Amino acid sequence: MAKKNLSKQKKMDTRVNFTPMVDMMMLLITFFMLCTTLAKPQAYPLTMPSNEDTKQLNEEQKQVTKASHTITLYLGANDKVWYIAGLPNYDDPSCVKQTTYGRDGIEKVLNEHTTEEGVNPVAIIKVAKKELDAKMQAYNSTMTEEQYQDQLKKLRRGELPNGQKVPTLTVIIHPLPTCTYANYMAALDEMLISNISKYVTQDMAKVSDEDKALIEKAGVK
Amino acid sequence: MAKIKIQKKDIWIDMTPMSDVMTLLLCFFMLTSTFLTPEPVQVNTPSSVSETKIPEQDVLNILVTPEGRVFLGTENKNNMQAMLDAMTSKFNVSLNPTQIKHFREDAMVGASMSQLAAYLSLDPEKMGEAIQKLGLPLDSISGGKSEFQEWVTEARNANPDIKLAVKCDSNTPYEKVSKLLSELQDMNENRLQLITNLDVKRLND
Repeated sequence: MAKKNLSKQKKMDTRVNFTPMVDMMMLLITFFMLCTTLAKPQAYPLTMPSNEDTKQLNEEQKQVTKASHTITLYLGANDKVWYIAGLPNYDDPSCVKQTTYGRDGIEKVLNEHTTEEGVNPVAIIKVAKKELDAKMQAYNSTMTEEQYQDQLKKLRRGELPNGQKVPTLTVIIHPLPTCTYANYMAALDEMLISNISKYVTQDMAKVSDEDKALIEKAGVK
Repeated sequence: MAKIKIQKKDIWIDMTPMSDVMTLLLCFFMLTSTFLTPEPVQVNTPSSVSETKIPEQDVLNILVTPEGRVFLGTENKNNMQAMLDAMTSKFNVSLNPTQIKHFREDAMVGASMSQLAAYLSLDPEKMGEAIQKLGLPLDSISGGKSEFQEWVTEARNANPDIKLAVKCDSNTPYEKVSKLLSELQDMNENRLQLITNLDVKRLND
């Protein structure tokens, strides 16, 4: 009996009240939710041609691309976009076709564009890029970021890994004064998606009168 | 007299699991989010699939609002001070210490040189409202550089490694953006970072 009395310890209540801690946490979470942002902004690197370089070019130095390698885009108001594949036919306004932004619009147009060599360069390069991405992301990949960028650069120049060379497209983007910045960005984005490295932005002020008359006839505004 | 005995019940709720969840949430927010940079006007950037990150330092932020108002600023306050000193001496504007203090507290420049002194003498509470109606002028001064170009030049002088990041609103008319881009092109600032949101949906398919 005496032994039992000895071993009997006083039971202490070890429960700690967590309510103030929860209160504080709530406050901190509210602070972080209001004062921070989860959306990390990204950057689209844009390199513009320098004015001096452009002036110095004479007619011979200007690169001439084949007509079937060129696509001209006109970005209009109300998210509308028109394109001319190849050279414009000034007598026939129907060469200016309307399309939309995104997957089923410009991307499809670029993807299905067939050059005079009878190939769809954008589609071919896109498949090659997918293979390259898969190689880069493979579990036992030994490819460094530098090698990847190097390979990507080659792809954009139309040099496939199997030594084959495909022509590359040149896209001329004409944003009309009525279009918004979002439209312009969407057009630039398509260049990135379709791996087109040769694209030019030309304001309508620098467009020739013939072209202006043509797109007016075609209803581009 | 019968005494009604109310039985005392212990209403202790265990807060430990709740505290656990809160800590987790707090950690998540602290690790994934970045602090909002104060901007005079809220701007919604368009989305793109570009995954390039903006450098953390040496960035000159150029903000264009839907109305085409232009603001610029860099996170380095010493550079901002150097830019202000150069600009005030160039345009013969003198500022008192209070105005300079207000300038340093402001995140971005938006007032033209003629309005700068008046804007900086405002009450700090009213400055936030006033700056929304301002904007750097893009018109060239008697055929020379515009005030916006002067600010960019001074930013370049203050920090030769500075990178230009252009943040425009989706709804800005292209005309306004084009004017800004051509002014930058005229002064040989050809490498730009256009700030966008990541379009995850488009990137994945």
